[in-house]
Amino acid sequence: MSEQKKPNKPVKRRLSAKQVEQNRREFLRTSALAVGVMGVSLVGLLPAVQGKSLALRPPGALKTPLDETEFLSSCIKCGQCVQVCPVNAINLADLDKGAGVGVPFIDAREQACDFSCDGLQCVLACPTGALTHDLDYPADARMGFARLDNPRKCLAIQGKGFKGQARGPDFEGILRYDDVDRWNPIPVADYPYDLELCDLCMRQCPIEIRIAQCAAAADEREQNKDRVAQIQGNECPPKHAIAFEAFGDEEGGVKRMKPVILDGCVGCGVCEMICPPEPPAIVIDIKQDVDHMRGVS
Amino acid sequence: MSYIIESFRQLFGSEPRRPDKSDISPEAKAVHLYKKQNPFDKYSFEVAREAHTADSKKWRNRRWATLLVVNLLFVVSYYFDIQLLEGALTASRFMGFHMADLNSALQVTLAFKHMVLNLVIGTATVFVLWLLLGGRTFCSWVCPYHLLSEWAEKLHLYLAGKGWVKDHSFNRKVRSLFYVIFALLALVTGYTVFETISVTGIVSRALIYGPGMALIWVGLVLLFEVFYSRRAWCRYVCPIGITYGVVGTLSPVRVKFVLKDCHHEGDCRKVCLVPHVLDMTVKGKAVHTEVDVSADCTRCGMCVDVCPTNSLRFDIKGLGKHL
Ligand code: SF4
Ligand code: SF4
Ligand code: SF4
Ligand code: SF4
Repeated sequence: MSEQKKPNKPVKRRLSAKQVEQNRREFLRTSALAVGVMGVSLVGLLPAVQGKSLALRPPGALKTPLDETEFLSSCIKCGQCVQVCPVNAINLADLDKGAGVGVPFIDAREQACDFSCDGLQCVLACPTGALTHDLDYPADARMGFARLDNPRKCLAIQGKGFKGQARGPDFEGILRYDDVDRWNPIPVADYPYDLELCDLCMRQCPIEIRIAQCAAAADEREQNKDRVAQIQGNECPPKHAIAFEAFGDEEGGVKRMKPVILDGCVGCGVCEMICPPEPPAIVIDIKQDVDHMRGVS
Repeated sequence: MSYIIESFRQLFGSEPRRPDKSDISPEAKAVHLYKKQNPFDKYSFEVAREAHTADSKKWRNRRWATLLVVNLLFVVSYYFDIQLLEGALTASRFMGFHMADLNSALQVTLAFKHMVLNLVIGTATVFVLWLLLGGRTFCSWVCPYHLLSEWAEKLHLYLAGKGWVKDHSFNRKVRSLFYVIFALLALVTGYTVFETISVTGIVSRALIYGPGMALIWVGLVLLFEVFYSRRAWCRYVCPIGITYGVVGTLSPVRVKFVLKDCHHEGDCRKVCLVPHVLDMTVKGKAVHTEVDVSADCTRCGMCVDVCPTNSLRFDIKGLGKHL
């Protein structure tokens, strides 16, 4: 700082009154510039300090909401995670996210991470470890935890079915449907449903789908159990993420059901994306995950 | 050695040393004396200058082409998904090989206090790259903000020529102050605070991932440069320049000043983004017959393009004699 107070005067020369005045002005200007630039950058920091920069992050964003600080510090804002995601679930934050300018987040209602990539591509692409490389499989992710936010909106609780496009004809989100194409996601709008009782959140949950696939594979190879274990490894989620629980009375032959979130939920957001009512009955709570809050691991 | 010391002094904001009589080599003294006794013929110099300005865009064209190609490579790679150059200028992968901007990597490391292997590889690669290519060469040959700023500068000079705006200078030491503060902020707050306002990062991401509100900030900085202070961001604020400048002190790629032909009229200093590095072109200041321009130079080649007598030229240390 003290250096800065001395305007650049060569030692030996005497300065004219005009030069002294010029130097004084330059010093004042320079101070103003320093204050201005620091001010702007600190304003950018504010939302993070206030915790307003919280958002659903890609899998492996150093795991928990408690890690948000570490995530922001480690992300170099390169967007390589954005580039590899096959469903374009990841966006980079803009100015309104303060210190989070350029860091990735997921807007689950618009486009959730459905693990279409199979292998957590975003985690592999991240050069700094902001998306921790400790994850090997989708079931290891801890992005948040689903919550039945608005039970009265839930169609299953009302005992209602669902027919048509889950989010209407104009919805642009995509999902991978095994029976359509094992590898490539298609628009949700191209996959109309006809359900007696809505169970979309459970039906499309990637963890539940994977569990079903693993079970089917295990059945097929019943004779050779050892190899099954070897092939599936912990690719197969050990715990269910969401289930339906019957409750109340039967109404016109349809049992009313309630979605319950189980310990296998990783908070990917597919249930939030697919849920037909507006606003959705089920949302992702980014402030908890299965290892925290509920104290289970 | 003195090149490195002088480079550091200028990088961190000190004014170039005014040479003592005793510093000047006998050969240089002889040239200075000769010039004194044989003053230049103003008229023939003007003729040379006229003739020169006709074809003086060589390095500028090469530089703009390089800058555009590098940045478009990012855009095209993502847009057509050809995986050639993925990521953004802060960190990327070139054909699968990690690269990381030195200043961004430094900020992240200070904030995160941890470096994963990929980042180490990326940083080392880029370090070696710019060690060979000349440090701040990044500024004028790659940084997309530089190009915008160059155009803003043209506008500024036009307006200044009309007398409508005035260039307000700042003390160059403030850039070192910013450098230290941003490093400390990253360390203390655990945030890459500078990254939030880094116009280089913002423009690079806007090109690749689409424009956003953050461009408003870039616009404000450009307006500041047009109406208030010429090239203020690169001259007085941006820590990326210092980081690459430090790397450039060891680089063999330099702009070299040859005293013999120089007319000391100062066209070079008028176009230069960092004119203090061209101080030796002032009459009587060159201490040798050939002087390397300090590492704060961005190797943009504007002075090389503009000099009517080819007194400034690109030079590769250690290779010069074989070229
Ligand atoms: S895990 Fe795969 S699908 Fe999910 S966000 Fe990452 S890249 Fe996209
Ligand atoms: S790849 Fe990693 S460092 Fe790059 S933007 Fe995504 S999370 Fe940040
Ligand atoms: S319950 Fe919802 S958030 Fe949880 S894993 Fe299933 S789809 Fe994802
Ligand atoms: S080096 Fe600079 S001052 Fe000398 S002749 Fe060239 S442009 Fe003019």
